[in-house]
Amino acid sequence: MTERLKWAVIDSWTMTRRNLTLWVRVPAYIMFTVIQPLMFMLLFRYVFGGAIPIKVKGGYVNYLVPGVIGQTCAFTSFNTALALAQEIKKGSIDRLRSMPMARSAVLVGRLGADLVRLTVTIGVLIGTGYLVGFRFENGAGPAVLMILLALAIGLALACVSAFTGLAIKDEESVQAFGLIWVFPFTFVSAAFVSIASMPGWLQAFANNQPLSIFIEALRALALGGPLAQHLWQSAAWLVGILVVFGSLAARAYRRV
Amino acid sequence: MTESAILVEQLHKSFGPVEALRGIDLAVPRGTVLGVLGPNGAGKTTAVRILTTLLRPDRGRAVIEGLDVVRRAAEVRKIIGLAGQSAAIQDELTGRENLEFVGRLYHLPRDRCRRRAADLLARFELVDAGDRAAKTYSGGMARRLDLAASLVAEPAVLFLDEPTTGLDPRSRIGMWSLIRDLVAGGTTLLLTTQYLDEADELADQIVVIDHGRVIASGTSDQLKDQVGGDVLEFTVADPARRIRAAALVSALSDHDPQVDEASGLISLRIGRRGSDALVEAVRILDQEQIEVQGLATHRPSLDDVFMSLTGHSAEDLAEAR
Repeated sequence: MTERLKWAVIDSWTMTRRNLTLWVRVPAYIMFTVIQPLMFMLLFRYVFGGAIPIKVKGGYVNYLVPGVIGQTCAFTSFNTALALAQEIKKGSIDRLRSMPMARSAVLVGRLGADLVRLTVTIGVLIGTGYLVGFRFENGAGPAVLMILLALAIGLALACVSAFTGLAIKDEESVQAFGLIWVFPFTFVSAAFVSIASMPGWLQAFANNQPLSIFIEALRALALGGPLAQHLWQSAAWLVGILVVFGSLAARAYRRV
Repeated sequence: MTESAILVEQLHKSFGPVEALRGIDLAVPRGTVLGVLGPNGAGKTTAVRILTTLLRPDRGRAVIEGLDVVRRAAEVRKIIGLAGQSAAIQDELTGRENLEFVGRLYHLPRDRCRRRAADLLARFELVDAGDRAAKTYSGGMARRLDLAASLVAEPAVLFLDEPTTGLDPRSRIGMWSLIRDLVAGGTTLLLTTQYLDEADELADQIVVIDHGRVIASGTSDQLKDQVGGDVLEFTVADPARRIRAAALVSALSDHDPQVDEASGLISLRIGRRGSDALVEAVRILDQEQIEVQGLATHRPSLDDVFMSLTGHSAEDLAEAR
């Protein structure tokens, strides 16, 4: 049993490394994962930001950066579904599973690589954020905690995405489906604007959907302010999503 | 039972209402090549997926080197290799990286992975391309790399799922010679193909699958005998002597000769008598001084076999689906 666990870890690491190598070698992937979130951040910082009336310490840029990080967690999860759908189409998942490797490693290695990628993106966002005026206002400990929370959010959403990729299988449909849920959840949220500025009927959704809750928690960690409620609500959502979609993804993977 | 590297008994598999396999039996002696021949959708790929532990059968049993593919799947995976139409090849990795990566997943030590990768690149004439990204490879090179990847862990039993589909004729012949070398080294091979010449070329035994059932099996020669064996053919230009010629050669066979009045072609099924019948035909026609052209015997192609078994040519069926 320990032998099996040892190989499961090694195989997952092998798959993670392979996925990261593929990522580094395709310029379009780097573009998608690093440049796109940066563009969103700079667009809102310099183009829309001036028109968005938000009073927080340090100005709109401080409000914006945790929001863009939350949005990025959702956008990056796209790739998980796409990559899995591509591998199914190519037949490479079949080939991998005919080898004596740990079966879970395909899925774990995918999530592992996507998490490393997300870490890089968040690093770039925070670094660039600092150049355009963003500052953590709540100390180093909560700042680190914010990054960890973002990664946990990224992992949970990647599980949702993995499930859709493995269940739908067709690349184009996966992409279309991804857009359908990611856009409303990221834009009808607390990511870029105050929810109070939305019409009442929309506020009900925006206030209670998980991405808003996650972003408020990220923001509270970065900037200070009331934290406990955001944190436990986030934790509850995260556990729920991980349990439900983690097992759905595992089940869909076994059936591929 | 231990004589067979691959043994399959009454394998059934359905996908919803579609019965992909309806009771397949196979036995492949160690070190031999079984060609599984059939049109698209006949059930070939489903059978391979079950044998390579990717799919569970609904009923029946499949055993690789004495190991049940369902109950001892993990052990089966250690001794099999699978290569197929498209591939385990990652386009962004180099040929060498692809092979080393497969080695890691077979849990070979790192230095052994490197050695195997170098050996295989040399053997498959990919040394020059070894450190280039696989996306720059031609179709034939990609297939060779794919085949090489399936051999990294030196499997005892190899499955090739349509290894030359979509390749140009020259690359196909290259693949054939690589596959022949492999088999000469003692590997047991199960090969699926829609190409009759490919099965003819590579397989010791052939099974013909259609609609999830084995409809014929045997060596290439046995299958050809099923459609009446060799054919003796010659043309008599003089219409007046044609009937006499046909009557003379009819003594050589139990079958009746076919006479095509338009072209003057006379053909006669002669079973396995081959050159005997040819010599005899020359003698009796010469005795009566009948002038003939193009006197020869030829073996029926597997396409003739498929046609007589199913009523369709394999290519027609493949296109219809």
